[in-house]
Amino acid sequence: MYLCSRKRKVLSDRRIDIVICLSLISVLAWAEADSTAVDSLLEQLRIEEVTVTARRRTEPVLPVQTLEGERLHALSTNSVADAVRYFSGVQIKDYGGVGGLKTVDLRSMGTHHLGVFYDGIEIGNAQNGVVDLGKFSMENLEQIALYNGQKSDIFQSAKDFGSAGTLYLRTRRPRFEQGKNFNLQVSMRAGSFGLLNPSVLYEQKLTEQVHLSASAEYQHAHGRYKFRYRRVMPDGSVAWDTTAVRQNGDVSAGRAEAGVFGYMPRGKWHVKGYYYQSEKGIPGAIVNNVWTNAQRQWDRNSFVQGSYMQTLIEGYDMQVSMKYSNDKMRYLNPDTTLMYIDNSFLQHEIYMSIANRLQLSGKEALIRGLRGSEAEWSMNLTADWQWNRLWADLKEFVYPTRNTVYFVAATQVDWRWLRAQASILGTYVNDKLGKPSVFTHDAAENRLVWTPAVFFSYQPYLKEQLFLRAFWKQNMRMPTFNDLYYTDVGNISLQPERCTQYDGGVEYSKQWERGVMREVRVKADGYFNQIRDKIVAIPKGNGQYRWMMMNIGYVEIRGVDVNGGISLCPVDELILSANLSYTFQKAQDFTNREEITYGGQIAYIPWHSGSVTAGLNWRGLSVNYSFIYVGERYHNSANIPQNYEQPWYTHDMSVGYEVAFKNGVKNKGRETKSQVVPKMSFAIEINNMLNQQYEVILNYPMPGINGRGIVRITL
Amino acid sequence: MRIRGNILLILHSLLLILLSSCRGDVVVYPSENEQHGESVSGEFLGFYLLNEGNMGSNKSTLDYYDFSTATYTRNIYSERNPHVPLSLGDVGNDLKIYGGRMYAVINVSNKIEVMTADSARRIGQIDIPNCRYLCFDGGYGYITSYAGPVQIGRQHAQLGYVARFDTATLQIVDTCIVGYQPDGVVVANGKLYVANSGGYMLPDYETEISVVRLSDFKEEKRIEVAPNLHYVMPDRYDRLWVSARGNYNSRPSRLYCIDLKTETVVDSVPMPVDNFCIEGDSLFFFGQQFNWETLEDERVFGIVNVKTRELLTENFINDDRVFQKPYGIAVNPMSGDIYLTDAKDYVTPGMLYCIGPEGKIKWEVRTGDIPAHFAFRKKTL
Repeated sequence: MYLCSRKRKVLSDRRIDIVICLSLISVLAWAEADSTAVDSLLEQLRIEEVTVTARRRTEPVLPVQTLEGERLHALSTNSVADAVRYFSGVQIKDYGGVGGLKTVDLRSMGTHHLGVFYDGIEIGNAQNGVVDLGKFSMENLEQIALYNGQKSDIFQSAKDFGSAGTLYLRTRRPRFEQGKNFNLQVSMRAGSFGLLNPSVLYEQKLTEQVHLSASAEYQHAHGRYKFRYRRVMPDGSVAWDTTAVRQNGDVSAGRAEAGVFGYMPRGKWHVKGYYYQSEKGIPGAIVNNVWTNAQRQWDRNSFVQGSYMQTLIEGYDMQVSMKYSNDKMRYLNPDTTLMYIDNSFLQHEIYMSIANRLQLSGKEALIRGLRGSEAEWSMNLTADWQWNRLWADLKEFVYPTRNTVYFVAATQVDWRWLRAQASILGTYVNDKLGKPSVFTHDAAENRLVWTPAVFFSYQPYLKEQLFLRAFWKQNMRMPTFNDLYYTDVGNISLQPERCTQYDGGVEYSKQWERGVMREVRVKADGYFNQIRDKIVAIPKGNGQYRWMMMNIGYVEIRGVDVNGGISLCPVDELILSANLSYTFQKAQDFTNREEITYGGQIAYIPWHSGSVTAGLNWRGLSVNYSFIYVGERYHNSANIPQNYEQPWYTHDMSVGYEVAFKNGVKNKGRETKSQVVPKMSFAIEINNMLNQQYEVILNYPMPGINGRGIVRITL
Repeated sequence: MRIRGNILLILHSLLLILLSSCRGDVVVYPSENEQHGESVSGEFLGFYLLNEGNMGSNKSTLDYYDFSTATYTRNIYSERNPHVPLSLGDVGNDLKIYGGRMYAVINVSNKIEVMTADSARRIGQIDIPNCRYLCFDGGYGYITSYAGPVQIGRQHAQLGYVARFDTATLQIVDTCIVGYQPDGVVVANGKLYVANSGGYMLPDYETEISVVRLSDFKEEKRIEVAPNLHYVMPDRYDRLWVSARGNYNSRPSRLYCIDLKTETVVDSVPMPVDNFCIEGDSLFFFGQQFNWETLEDERVFGIVNVKTRELLTENFINDDRVFQKPYGIAVNPMSGDIYLTDAKDYVTPGMLYCIGPEGKIKWEVRTGDIPAHFAFRKKTL
């Protein structure tokens, strides 16, 4: 278990030999533990070593999958979206190319039910609710964690409770080896699609308690690639076979980020600023007689955010978070064969959260008299407030403003082998219009929605890392500004879309400190989800292509997620690891009994999907292989042959080598702890090795074989 | 423990492999036949139905119903033309038969697909950007297009045009600039009448019909009708019937009648009109008005006597069937059966209903996505 090894690493510096091996295992492996909790543990350890023993169990109550450290960077990925494909239960909608839109759908509940958090605070999009994961770089990330339900820790902001599943992206926190007070990392990626991607990361220890981190990155790609469409006759002879070059997929993007991290006795804080700007072509659908498109998009995303966590008195912790974000988007269609469009959108968001945790009984209990209790009982009371405004230069636009208040009461009990959590989230939404239009005279009515959740985890044998768990959670997603107010399409009568999840699962892992076998992990979850009042666009009124958003959909999802992993250490310094994930989903549209779509598998959800990754690490050398499989699907819930989509699968491979220099002499990849050792690493990645010509989304061809080279220098 | 772990992993991988099916070659969609109705023979042999397909899906398809065998054939184009890359194209917008050839306007694919009328085999194509509707007269075809010159100083406003093409050579021989976003087009009384919509100009829709002289192919005048004009069709009493979508606000959708002698609006039908067709003295139409109170579409299926300009009925359907999105309409010139299509939610397959003159559904069949435009095939001598 990741947790155990990391704990040991911290606690026993003497046993370095074991630690090196174990930490390698842990970073190589898919860590399935609640690493966020681990990390906060680590940070607390800096200050108070005593707290470690107080936490008897930090294993997750909820299914979580994480990718981090070396493992994360060993995957051939261009963006967060590429990495998330390795999680089970996840489907990516990928429109292809470096700059193409990539969104995530967790357990077929739809992209709106997945919350995406960046360094602890949610990334919002009040306009359409879609977060494009293709925009987020992997360069300075140290962990990606995906939770089903919600994060296991009840001490968190109210918005952390407000999604059916949550993806946490965590950027690198400065960590300094002994005797060092700065870290510098410079890297360059280059490869297919004309990709050039230089980046720099600098970390400075301002004082022992205050650390600075700054990073910047630039990405440019022309985005062109060959694709091939081929059809055969029923007798097998070629009907047509055509190869073309994907055009208008260029992207230029810059990112700059800076953060300050502070540690205090029984507390910590951080402040960060983020700026991203991009211009890209929108490659569009390939249809008969149209092989290129001209649409373009400009994005400018910026935010500042901060959080402060403090143990005020024994048994009472408080966390305050704040964020302001400013997002601008411009869309241009200059193609004179289509309607000319040049629209700009500007969103503002202000967010504040105060979370309070009370330890009611157990070792750190607020009341001294209850510290003897065997049961650890804690409670969290949290309130968040968020303000959103959308400006657009659309005709008849209503300039909506939204105030949302979230409040949560959550409780957690650890008693012997049982851990239980319960939470209830209240969401109050109030919208106002800046200016009524001829289509929309009023804002949507105020809404107050309660969504409860209950989680259980049971460990039958204290000595075995075997856990049984179950959860039930309700979630809702508010209609977005587009759903409600988009000129002539929006519908202010929309109700929130609701989802209910039932999940039961088992998780087992075992670690060995010696021998060939070092770790085995198996995890399986079965689930049933219902989506009610699903917000879908339906035709309305007279005229062509006029749509209306309505709450008419009903979807049931039955699924199984399975993960497994193994780590071997057959000879000294050689680590072999392999991981598997598999997802079965039956996601059926039960909206209308009269229709051909009734009972059909919903659009783009495969029945079977999965991934395999395998890695070999020996001294400075690492070799990684990954395979992704997405089974047959239909692009519409009318499951007829015309809507059938072929399975697709890609094989990716990467080889990397790291050399460390000690006084200009190569140190055979070994690390010594106390000295500043410049390191240089090289990697070559080859993706889609068998050059499969496939599509994730109808008429959006994906690239065939492609590659990248990476050079990184670390001081 | 080690063995158990290995076994689990092996089982796991086997499971994955077993459950996985591999990619195969993608076969060109074959056509599908279904028997519906009763076989009849007469002046007309059958009809083609053009399915639009939702924008970006490249799923415009062609279906055919044969009267003599009472056979409905789905997806006839890709079966007859399997070697055409990416098949018929994206968003079919109009379908007409003229002189032994069939012309399908494929809007997003920026072309008119020209086929043989008897077998739907491809002859060639005429490239026209953002093409909309077409009509024929004297060996020439006339096609409306939104993609005219971009005007400087008016927010990229783009005038539309009508192109004249030679049906023998399939070459464009002349163009005439008309209003913004021209839709329906028809030749009557030796002139070309073009319904301008101004659909991209919200809220400043076009309200006029452009009258184009055929002699020198120049716009002669305009006739004021109503906002956002759509279809235009002549009757046999020297009148034009024009549908207006309205401005979705103060001016609702309506049907107007224009007298060709005076070239003025002489009458209107106070009903919303999405689509209509004229057969003999009867004008069949349907329309829906979105009611913001009930959040439902209010529907009308009406018949107007074009001679007397009287509304004969507001509901020619005498059946319990609920239509999700009535879309295309045609009337069988021999039997008087009404063909009505339902486009459903635009992304799932539509339905075609054959409705008898007494208003009962005689038969129904699944079509392609967004079934919309009909062309009857006449027996040739």
